[in-house]
Amino acid sequence: MAEKVGVYVCHCGSNIAGKIDVKAVVEAAGGLDNVEVSRDYQFMCSTLGQELIQTDIKEKGLTRVVVAACSPHLHEKTFRKAVSDGGLNPYLMQMTNIREHVSWVTGAGDAATDKAKAMVSGAVRRVVHQEPLEARSVPVNPATLVVGGGIAGIQTALEIADGGNHVYLVEREASIGGHMAQFDKTFPTLDCSACILTPKMSDVDSHPNITLWTWAELEELSGYVGNFVAKIRKKARKLVEADCTGCGECIEKCPKKVVDDEFEAGLGYRKAIYKPFPQAVPKYPVMDLENCTYFERGKCRVCEKFCPTDCIKFDQEDELVDIEVGNVVLATGWQMFDCQKTSQYGYGRLANVFTALEFERMCNSSGPTSGKIVMRDGVTEPRSIAIVHCVGSRDKRFNPYCSGICCMAAMKFGHLAIEKSGAEVFSFYIDLRANMKGYEEFYDRLLNEGMHFVRGKVAEVTDAGRNEGEEGKLIVQAEDTLLGTQRRVPVDMVVLMGALEPRFDSKELGLKVGLSCDANGWYTERHPKLDPVATMTDGVFVAGACQGPKDIPASVAQGAAAAARVQGVINQGTVKIEPIVATIDEDHCCGCRICNTLCPYSAIDYIADGDVSRIQPALCKGCGTCVAACPSGSISGAGFSNLQVEAEIEGLLADITWDFDKAAPAAVEG
Amino acid sequence: MKFAYYPGCSMDSTSVAYDESVNAVCEELGITLTEIEDWNCCGATETTALNQVAAHALVARNLALVPAEADQVVAPCSACFLNLKKTNKLLAEEAGLKGKVDEALAAGDLSLEPGRLTIRHLVDVIHDDIGQEKLVEKCGKPLAGLRIAPYTGCQLVRPYNEDDDGEQPKKLGTVLGWLGATIVDFPLRAACCGGHMNMISEAQSNELIRRLLHNATQWEADVIACLCPMCQLNLDAYQGRVNSAFGTSFKIPVLFFTQLIGYAFGLDNAKLGINREIVPAAAVLAEKVTGEWPKKAKRKKRDPKALPMPGQA
Repeated sequence: MAEKVGVYVCHCGSNIAGKIDVKAVVEAAGGLDNVEVSRDYQFMCSTLGQELIQTDIKEKGLTRVVVAACSPHLHEKTFRKAVSDGGLNPYLMQMTNIREHVSWVTGAGDAATDKAKAMVSGAVRRVVHQEPLEARSVPVNPATLVVGGGIAGIQTALEIADGGNHVYLVEREASIGGHMAQFDKTFPTLDCSACILTPKMSDVDSHPNITLWTWAELEELSGYVGNFVAKIRKKARKLVEADCTGCGECIEKCPKKVVDDEFEAGLGYRKAIYKPFPQAVPKYPVMDLENCTYFERGKCRVCEKFCPTDCIKFDQEDELVDIEVGNVVLATGWQMFDCQKTSQYGYGRLANVFTALEFERMCNSSGPTSGKIVMRDGVTEPRSIAIVHCVGSRDKRFNPYCSGICCMAAMKFGHLAIEKSGAEVFSFYIDLRANMKGYEEFYDRLLNEGMHFVRGKVAEVTDAGRNEGEEGKLIVQAEDTLLGTQRRVPVDMVVLMGALEPRFDSKELGLKVGLSCDANGWYTERHPKLDPVATMTDGVFVAGACQGPKDIPASVAQGAAAAARVQGVINQGTVKIEPIVATIDEDHCCGCRICNTLCPYSAIDYIADGDVSRIQPALCKGCGTCVAACPSGSISGAGFSNLQVEAEIEGLLADITWDFDKAAPAAVEG
Repeated sequence: MKFAYYPGCSMDSTSVAYDESVNAVCEELGITLTEIEDWNCCGATETTALNQVAAHALVARNLALVPAEADQVVAPCSACFLNLKKTNKLLAEEAGLKGKVDEALAAGDLSLEPGRLTIRHLVDVIHDDIGQEKLVEKCGKPLAGLRIAPYTGCQLVRPYNEDDDGEQPKKLGTVLGWLGATIVDFPLRAACCGGHMNMISEAQSNELIRRLLHNATQWEADVIACLCPMCQLNLDAYQGRVNSAFGTSFKIPVLFFTQLIGYAFGLDNAKLGINREIVPAAAVLAEKVTGEWPKKAKRKKRDPKALPMPGQA
């Protein structure tokens, strides 16, 4: 029986119809073999568009459907569901992308229309050979892995745990809390950061549904949505947590003092055995093996001697633990741009140039200066402070993007500096970005408090004075673009608002869990507007600044959103597994095992009994690597059989007439 | 070590001292510089403002004359270096410009394969290719006691800063530091000397020179080390003019870095062109340079009140 194909061409408003002559494509499709009906519609993805397809399936008895519209990434699921609701197997629908692949990228109108016709012709020939496939259901493991214990990860973990499901929270540093734990006040309300964060941290610590592992990292992730296995490396703290009371005796007695580049942002010191800060969660210290005198010289072990519970264990090794989880949330956050890269601002050379994180610690009453704003000598209060915006942001040499939070953080610094030291504060900005709730009002407040806002990117910060009043000062040179003049402002202290950057190993971690990063290294969400929490890998979600620069409210919101999405998956109880997988015809398989090592998902096993390879459908992602590599041609990919792909190519090339005489010389040259 | 050599016009006029000291030092270090035959002016800063094609063709002719066996061209002058580098880069990147320049070269039976040549400055060769060990081995009279302001100037590191930091270049100071000298911070190390401004606006030129001399003096430098004939000329020849314009009393010798390297090697002043400068250097060198290697500085005790400096850990 001949198949009856329906072809549906979408206008996508003017996205497609603006370039492609949709009517001509519909007309051409109508003349193709097997096509029963061809139609166009303004927005095929709308309910009305979908109903159009469903009505035709019922009334015209369609057995196959082709939708010529946008990328399958966007709407393949929509149309599969529409076709399925209409009574056809969802895999008998083929999408062809005439938006991203044609109208958005092809030049002249005629060429675009011709290309769209060819793509429809390919899809029609292909769809005829498609076979009904059934998605399999597998149960969802209700446990969740959250990677990263900053405010986003904390929020995610608490929401899921409060919902009654188990969470493993894995944090690389010794304590949870992330960057928020370093701050004194938060903009624009000037809430005390610790006062709103520490209750959440102790909730995590005491929650019966949360297993908290700090000083631990995700080593490997295998499996698939609903059924992941995560290998966690619990780095050796060199103490037995169960016996440690967190008394801090070991820290007190440790003779080795080192500059704390993490929590204190390099502005303060810690011991070689340490807790990042007094309210750290969990309460157990960790040992810094690079700086510990015993590991350097083989002598010391003072901490061991003084530990009242004998919990220090110098021979403790890293521990690898496998956990089974159904979903994974990455909330790995950000790190600050290395301000030494902008050598025109003198950070690292000029003592009184500070980074924003150093200044945060300086403002913090539990920080290295007990909250006093002082110059590098630790004593002198600055009489004037310049805040330089966009250091490493909005700068094509470093990061093209806006880091989003620095304008507001600069205003917060302005407020704190004026309040604490009475210093005169200058903010040098390119554009002020204060566009969330209460932000503009905060800017108004700072104007009233007397902070100076100078619109101009700073050219340099120098100690080379050349005019009167500049000796001994740091001179900030900038073009004031509102006054249209060059300004040299001598100040005592400079604060650099360094860019927010992805974690140094975010790409590496992304590879482990199957996430891609954008050009700047931030994790790519499934859809920038409509699905900012999920990712292209089912069961893996993102929250907080690892997806892009974010302030605290936005991180919390995304953390909660990720939790809601995870709860959704858990509540479904089962997940459908894509049936587009490869299968091996064991009668033809010669057992060469070439496919075993090539499979990027380790989904192919060798079965010695019978000398054949076999694919685990649950692990197979349908990438097709093994299909192409099999020397005996005994592997086929469902939905991508040779017959289907060849038919599509034939359809694409059906209208092409090839002038071999003309083409030959070019081929030789090329 | 062999390089094609593009001396540039200054070397036999205002900076004979540079020419002499480059030859003396390169001989000591085993650097063979083969002068490009029949080279012409690089066009300095003026020609590109008038006609791009002509300006690049002028430079390209020099590159086309580089013999096939050489793939690196060394220029001692920053302006020449920048012009050669710019043309070399643009011809490899911009096919339109390359076509027009090729036409001009063809008129003189010349051609240039884009991307074949690398343009180097001498300081880069000494820093990267020769290195500390070889310099120290040759150093018979370490420069300990001498405080040097390393003045790289602008054209070597801007706009192309792949060889060194574009704002606070380090290589010049590093090389002289290897020879035992004390290198002062000198934050204006990459600031402009005014270039040809001395012929256009005396007031502008004076201020640009003054701030450099002032900054070097603030850092208590004994000499300023240059690697560009223009910088050396401006700072040395116009020191008197600056003093009368501002009522200052700067008297700081300005030497080429090769003169200082040669001095540390123990070569004769005459061989290095020392005494050709206007603000005399010989007496200062004789007075300050101990000829010994500097003693290892004692580690400063940390002020318990002070906050750690970045990178201190």
